Amino acid sequence: MKLKEMPDEELFTRGHTACAGCGAAIAARNLIKVLGKDTVAVTPACCLLIFSATYPLVAWKIPFHHVAFENTAACATGIKRALKVRGKDDTTVMGIAGDGGTADIGIQALSGAAERNEDILYVMYDNEAYMNTGIQRSGSTPFGAWTTTTPVGKVKAGKANFKKDMPQIMMAHNVPYVATASVGHIQDFINKFEKAKKIKGFRYIQVYTPCPTGWRHDTSKTIEICKLAVDTGMWTLYESENGKVTINRKPKMTPVQEYLKLQGRFRHMTEADIKKLQDWVTKKWQADEKYAQCKSA
Amino acid sequence: MVKKVVTGNYAAAYGSMRARVRCVAAYPITPQTFIVEHISEFVNNGEMDCEYVEVESEHSAMSTCVSASATGVRTFTATSSQGLALMHEILPIASGMRLPVVMAVVNRAIAAPINIWVEHNDIMPERDSGWIQVFCDNNQEVQDMVLQAFKIAEDKRVALPMTVGLDAFILSHTVEPVDLMDQEAADKFLPKYVPPGPILDPDDPAVVGVFTPPEYMMECRWNQDKAPKVIEEVNAAFAKQFGRNHGGMIDPYMVDDADVVLITLGTASSTAHEVVDDMRKEGKKVGLVKLRFWRPYPTAQLRKIAEKAKAVGVFDRAVSYGVAGPSFIEFRNAAYGLTVPTMNFIGGLGGRDVSLADIRFMYERLLEAAKTGKVRREITWMGTRGVEQ
Repeated sequence: MKLKEMPDEELFTRGHTACAGCGAAIAARNLIKVLGKDTVAVTPACCLLIFSATYPLVAWKIPFHHVAFENTAACATGIKRALKVRGKDDTTVMGIAGDGGTADIGIQALSGAAERNEDILYVMYDNEAYMNTGIQRSGSTPFGAWTTTTPVGKVKAGKANFKKDMPQIMMAHNVPYVATASVGHIQDFINKFEKAKKIKGFRYIQVYTPCPTGWRHDTSKTIEICKLAVDTGMWTLYESENGKVTINRKPKMTPVQEYLKLQGRFRHMTEADIKKLQDWVTKKWQADEKYAQCKSA
Repeated sequence: MVKKVVTGNYAAAYGSMRARVRCVAAYPITPQTFIVEHISEFVNNGEMDCEYVEVESEHSAMSTCVSASATGVRTFTATSSQGLALMHEILPIASGMRLPVVMAVVNRAIAAPINIWVEHNDIMPERDSGWIQVFCDNNQEVQDMVLQAFKIAEDKRVALPMTVGLDAFILSHTVEPVDLMDQEAADKFLPKYVPPGPILDPDDPAVVGVFTPPEYMMECRWNQDKAPKVIEEVNAAFAKQFGRNHGGMIDPYMVDDADVVLITLGTASSTAHEVVDDMRKEGKKVGLVKLRFWRPYPTAQLRKIAEKAKAVGVFDRAVSYGVAGPSFIEFRNAAYGLTVPTMNFIGGLGGRDVSLADIRFMYERLLEAAKTGKVRREITWMGTRGVEQ
């Protein structure tokens, strides 16, 4: 499906209360257009739940479910199995959670569901911190980033650890489909959700979704930051289909500083720290490229 | 009807099969494991048409059950002790969403010290989870209550999840003759599943689990009052069809003319039953209340009994540290304002044996209080080293 062929009907409607420039809202609106009406979604306690389903209002025109924080994959499993019992095995079941709900507290249930190859689509919208609770550090927060639990203090400033590599963890589960996507690369995004919709078994898509509030960037810069994330190598766009890995867009290896300078969360970083991050990015890209080459057939 | 000699765990698994459960998500834990093993065997042998999900934890077991139930199918699971504790977070979500999930809970001690034998301290922290909770004292009751649990839980006037409790090893691993019901009889008692509330359905989209602001919260919290009526109705219907009456909220024995009454939960009831028979032969007017439903609690019924008795004792296989046994605390609330002497006996923790002599000791103490009007010791730790009786 081409972008211009996307249906006009909104299944994630106006009136939701996401911040201006919210990457997660852009993801929600577009992915559900691709997945269509015959979809049931489950989300943990996260921004998405609050801005799309606070009683008595709801932005979704599909069945929408919330249970707790760490169990999105287990809940998606329950929905899928029950739909199967009810003869609705063709319905797409999507779990959609942030990076905290996925890479940290939700990873156990996620790993279990992936290992069982449950017929569900799991979407991680990666805004690189616990945004709903007020910008706390997660395993997915990049090195150096300010958050409210990695504050810029006199002795320490920003996150001391590097971002957890969730796509690699999910690929190691040998599931039918794993991909990364970005709301700034919408055709690639559409292609991946379209593909995932058609595949049976466990599917995982990790979407890069900037958060102007938490990243301290201008709300008009969301897409520009997405593009820079890919160009610098901070975000690798790739996919694994039954173990065959394809890089969807090669980075230009733009210096990482170009990416950092648009976001207040990196403002305090020293030259030494920026170099440390640059080295990490370079190595990460090399590793991803090598991995893709090894898994190209 | 086929009478077979089976364990309590088999009885629970068999009951879930006869209830035509369509989704089970479960995780192994001693001494519950046989329940999920039996269910897996039923499923793999084609005897049970059910989605069996081998989840990676009890937390996911309950989460999967909640979502399967929210999607409109009859759902069952089983756990014990630490597993129940791991589910804790999700339990009030099942009840808050008014989902009729049924769960067998093999009551086992909670760590530390780690111990796999019977105790009720695992389920007591779940008292306020919004689940209906019943305790069984024989394997027949276990099978029958699994079937009854679905009928109670799925009633539109109730629409709440329910646990069926069985004491670790004493029931879970001990064989007893059980009338295993046939499918036709089970179907007659428990018709095809109709979800009591809205479900997740692409043909009729709804939100299940909406974020709820303060102005709607009180109304959501208010509601469990109709369950006792349904529990009695279901018990009566079951007794009529199967000829087995396990009692409704409570099962009183020799209480009408009793001077003293002992209240028990779970398998201590059968032991106490024997002691009552023995002591009655000696001319002692002792009575027994098998407290079956822990939630909702039969406050009015127990108060009525307390009004007539000269002394009432409560046996607890659990303790609320710094106060007394949970069942005793609850009873004292029911008996508030009455002058009847009351006593708490705490024993059988971590599977320590509760003998006929132990129960007789409790009755003797109660008879003494009835005679003198004085309570020698309000809380007695039964047979505990270093503690005066």
